[in-house]
Amino acid sequence: MELNQYLEMFIEESKEHLQACGEHLLELEKNPEDLAIVSEIFRSAHTLKGMSATMGFEDLADLTHKMENVLDAIRNEKIKVTSEIFDVVFESVDHLEEMVYDIANGGNGKRDVQLTVEKLKLIESGETAATTVASVPAIAMPNAETKMDAAKLKLSYDDFEKTVLLQSSEQDYTAYEITVALREDCLLKAARVFMVFEILEKNGDVIKSHPTVERLEEEQFDHEFYVAFISKENAEDLQKMLMKVSEVESVEVNEIHQDVFTQSVTSNAQVEEHVQVINVPTTVEAEPAAQPAQKSQATNNSSKATGHTSSKTIRVNIERLDILMNLFEELAIDRGRLLSIASEVNHGELNETVERMSRTMGDLQNIVLTMRMVPVETVFNRFPKMVRQLSRDLNKKITLDVIGAETELDRTVIDEIGDPLVHLIRNSVDHGIESPEDRRAKGKPEEGTVQLRAYHSGNYVFIEIEDDGAGINRDRVLAKALSKGIVTQEQSLTMTDKQINELILASGFSTAEVISDVSGRGVGLDVVKTTIESLGGNISIDSTQNVGSVFSIQLPLTLSIISVMLVEIEKEIYAIPLSSIIETSIIRNTDILNAHNQKVIDFRGKVVPLVFLEEIFEVPRKELKEDGFHSVVIVRKGDKLAGLVVDSFIGQQEIVLKSLGNYLTNIFAISGATILGNGKVALIVDCNALMK
Amino acid sequence: MANAVEQKNLKVIVFQLADKEYAIPVSHVKGIEKLMHITRVPKTARFVKGVINLRGVVTPVIDLRERFELPISENEETTRIIIITLETMEVGFVVDSANDVLDIDSESIEQQPEVVGSLEEEFIAGVAKLDNRLLILLHLDKVLNPLD
Repeated sequence: MELNQYLEMFIEESKEHLQACGEHLLELEKNPEDLAIVSEIFRSAHTLKGMSATMGFEDLADLTHKMENVLDAIRNEKIKVTSEIFDVVFESVDHLEEMVYDIANGGNGKRDVQLTVEKLKLIESGETAATTVASVPAIAMPNAETKMDAAKLKLSYDDFEKTVLLQSSEQDYTAYEITVALREDCLLKAARVFMVFEILEKNGDVIKSHPTVERLEEEQFDHEFYVAFISKENAEDLQKMLMKVSEVESVEVNEIHQDVFTQSVTSNAQVEEHVQVINVPTTVEAEPAAQPAQKSQATNNSSKATGHTSSKTIRVNIERLDILMNLFEELAIDRGRLLSIASEVNHGELNETVERMSRTMGDLQNIVLTMRMVPVETVFNRFPKMVRQLSRDLNKKITLDVIGAETELDRTVIDEIGDPLVHLIRNSVDHGIESPEDRRAKGKPEEGTVQLRAYHSGNYVFIEIEDDGAGINRDRVLAKALSKGIVTQEQSLTMTDKQINELILASGFSTAEVISDVSGRGVGLDVVKTTIESLGGNISIDSTQNVGSVFSIQLPLTLSIISVMLVEIEKEIYAIPLSSIIETSIIRNTDILNAHNQKVIDFRGKVVPLVFLEEIFEVPRKELKEDGFHSVVIVRKGDKLAGLVVDSFIGQQEIVLKSLGNYLTNIFAISGATILGNGKVALIVDCNALMK
Repeated sequence: MANAVEQKNLKVIVFQLADKEYAIPVSHVKGIEKLMHITRVPKTARFVKGVINLRGVVTPVIDLRERFELPISENEETTRIIIITLETMEVGFVVDSANDVLDIDSESIEQQPEVVGSLEEEFIAGVAKLDNRLLILLHLDKVLNPLD
């Protein structure tokens, strides 16, 4: 099977399942009695295991399998949920995530998870040891899905093992399940087991045994054990060979028929339908047969499963959307031409048609643009788990409220916003929320709250992180900023509280007196500020001491469309992003002052340097333009202002942002390009580069 | 297999620049466009003419005459932009005219005769003699990478 083409789908779906695991685990932690949630987690884990085994990521499949065993034990009420168990399961999910990310980055998904596996095993066996050994240990407990086969099969198999067993038959191997019973009075059980295995390994491959080989070697079993085995020998010969081992009471060799598996695999198809449809088409055909036996559970599953994947969606490569957008623009440009032709010709029917076409295209444009929108949920949903872990590490009590996760943002923004949010939430949890003792002393509830909310407002999306923690210590921040030379004594006198708060975003600033493992590492919040500004957004901080802080991020709805002011220099048209512009004005020659070889103007009492774009961009000019006036666009970068001198203003327009491609990179003061209504390319001025 | 065939018979696009004929493997050519409006991009190398709107994709354009430091000529009716794709780059070459699509026998490709002092030489992967025509095969990597 050609697996590469499914890799992307595998990665996406694995992430989704892990996400679901994480979410449900958090839910379960709140309601540890709710076994329905365990089943949900189990199902996600189970699907993940099946997928990763099919894709050949054995480490991934193996760890999931171990985790699944624990979940299964919980589900069957063999073990009680404790916070230790939660920690280990969370740890496993973290490992699994790392593995999946590794695969996504082109790795092989291998990772040293020995410690976690041991812990999982301990949890699993800790409980089985307490119950009578090996009578019905958790591992042998058939999964709900395979229950119907319980009568036929002594062992339960996960998807990976099933695949191996199924494939063995394609290579002329026969799959057997062997039951070996030792005599009651057997003295050296381990030795007999060894001999049995030696014979088996000479004649084929052992796929699985119950109890596990380790436990067999430690004699941790009664008198019977089971082995799943593939071999080219026939059953009778095998039986005879094994009977030669002394102290063996009886040997039963049963062939495992394929259809036993196809049946049980289909039960999973309920959950992993979309994967299975493509990977193993045959199972779909077998599905109806399996359904009646599955009925009660299936209906249960499907109602819940559909609740998650709900509305029908398909995954579309973002590049295809970009292509669609490009084509659409071409169409829009042609529409412009048609409109002008129609107005020249002035033909009634033509006018009408062109007008109707315009309207349809308006709707089409809306749809094309909204196709790139993704709910912020995809970013937000990783935070509950993170906060949980952080609060444990820091011995704090914290709840995270997420509001407005359905708010939609452009995919490109979503991809970028995750890391800054991680930083800010860590900051709130680490520096914001106080320890339970401090909180009690301050008369606050022991449990701190961090609220993460998102909402639309105008052409922007706001994401806010509010905590009811200690707030920002104005004096400490100021002292630090002064000591680091970020502000001068003079400046500090006129600063507002808000400005002081925002000093923590300045580069080279870190308020933590002790650099903690959580938010320290020398990475400051300045990175957050830079990232957000590079997305065309900005961040502000409000904070009241001992009451809490609010970090507010304002982001444009989409990065692909921005509002610009089109300006003209000689015959060239440039676009200046509206987000940088404060205002435009016309100045006289006599308004221009000279200060140290730098031309400046007095703009509302401020000295603003002038930047002649014509010189910066070396615009070829045929004749000198001199009418005594200059058109100036006042732009800002942070607190700094500059006046960009151009020939004339054309007007404000929404444009679709385009990159200049991989050949032209890092061009001074140009951040990209756009295509104008007449089909020509106009360059976008990077105002930030023009100001030091 | 495919490689062997390709090596034996190389399909190329032939174009004219000043008085010489050059060739680019057809596998790297995405299209040949008529001259269209080029937007100048400031602060770039002299041979970068600017960018064009290639069906919604902003594509940089290089003037090959300038790149090879040949005498500059006015744009003619025959002037074409050959769109080249190389790895993840997409670039247009302004050429005097695009003439032909030809199959070259790889055995007829020879090393460029060593001539000292020719800048062009850097960009040349080899020359092919075809009857009485001499085709200069371009080294696209070198043409697209700034020399300095």
